[in-house]
Amino acid sequence: MASRPELQAPPEIFYNESEARKYTTSSRIIEIQAKLAERAFELLALPDDGLPRLILDIGCGSGLSGETLSEKGHVWIGLDISEAMLDVALERETEGDLLLSDIGQGLGFRPGTIDGAISISALQWLCNADKSCNDPRLRLKAFFNSLYRSLARGARAALQIYPQNTAQLEMITTAAMRCGFSGGLVVDYPHSTRAKKYFLCLVCGPASVNSALPRAKVGMEGDDSGSDLDSGDEEQQTVTVAERHRPVKKRKLESKIKGRAWVLKKKEQRRNHGFSNVPRDTKYTGRKRKAHF
Amino acid sequence: MRLLTHNMLSCNIKGVTNGFPLAIEATTVETKEVDMNPDFLRHIFPKLEWKAFRDASHSLGVDDLPEQVDPDMLLDEEFLRRFHHALLEVHLEEGVLICPETGRRFPVSKGIPNMLLNEDEV
Ligand SMILES: C[S@@+](CC[C@H](N)C(=O)[O-])C[C@H]1O[C@@H](n2cnc3c(N)ncnc32)[C@H](O)[C@@H]1O
Repeated sequence: MASRPELQAPPEIFYNESEARKYTTSSRIIEIQAKLAERAFELLALPDDGLPRLILDIGCGSGLSGETLSEKGHVWIGLDISEAMLDVALERETEGDLLLSDIGQGLGFRPGTIDGAISISALQWLCNADKSCNDPRLRLKAFFNSLYRSLARGARAALQIYPQNTAQLEMITTAAMRCGFSGGLVVDYPHSTRAKKYFLCLVCGPASVNSALPRAKVGMEGDDSGSDLDSGDEEQQTVTVAERHRPVKKRKLESKIKGRAWVLKKKEQRRNHGFSNVPRDTKYTGRKRKAHF
Repeated sequence: MRLLTHNMLSCNIKGVTNGFPLAIEATTVETKEVDMNPDFLRHIFPKLEWKAFRDASHSLGVDDLPEQVDPDMLLDEEFLRRFHHALLEVHLEEGVLICPETGRRFPVSKGIPNMLLNEDEV
């Protein structure tokens, strides 16, 4: 079995002509790209006003994901580092404009000009130091900083990623949050090794009522045996991770923790509703637990 | 590349502060008709740098955009048609984009600008 593509070669080498060709010939790849793009678009949650907007497709490759944006009536600009992939996009006569560009070097758009961004299976490539001059942290920072600058205030980005492990997942989300984005991860089908998908959903600007995270999809059939991350391209191994990822915004969760009085009241309410399995009240009730694992 | 994209794009070389607008040297220009969407034109109008847009349209051989504009003109069918044409139908196919500050040249081939930077430009 082939190892993860990110470990084989830099993206501009890995996505050569024969790899790019699969994006027109493999119905499986085509279907996956379309599905992921469809979901990313949904997570963008653009206002439902029929107004066409200017959207980026980051790592647009062969233009399959961009086609989803066109179908929805939006105007898009795609960026990709692989000439072979962009050649396929040309063949496909995609409606979006294409730029040959390395997103790890930052995006060169004027501030506030872009209404939203999607990305399908591209960002994890930034975690690889495939050249001596490539420092993953610096490249992620350059990318997120410039994305933040390019987006209009309140605009969103929905970025689907295939992290190799928890460390990468954290590295990517941390980099995004440091650049001023609010939002976090939406994990679709979290209990299925095969179907599990990570979407980094970012809002340009501070958190507000309008920037609540969309809900993940759950409940799909699948192998429930572990917390493996499935990887992007066709014939890939899954990679085991030791720990589950932690919530991105810890502080937010803490503010929701209720005090002893609230717990006592809830328990009382449940007893009054005739529940027989409510634990008795003791001095431990509603006490903060120590953080031990 | 259409002028819409050109108008949003600036030179990304480290240390460059005035990377916009990129000058255009056009070798091949093509026109591809697309349906006009007045809503999109009205949406994007306030985000455009009009002077840069008009100058760029000259580089591509389009000469019918007014020098002065105001949002009221977006109600005028004739203006919308010209705006639409220059923004979304004219494509720079072969040529060069040039950084106004450093003179760095970004080649455009098959309609795709090569914006990749060298190591020492990042
Ligand atoms: C799984 S493919 C996605 C293809 C695309 N969504 C499509 O519809 O064809 C990932 C893409 O990310 C691109 N990519 C990887 N690293 C990149 C980088 N640093 N800058 C720009 N694009 C990159 C690859 O070249 C590849 O085309």
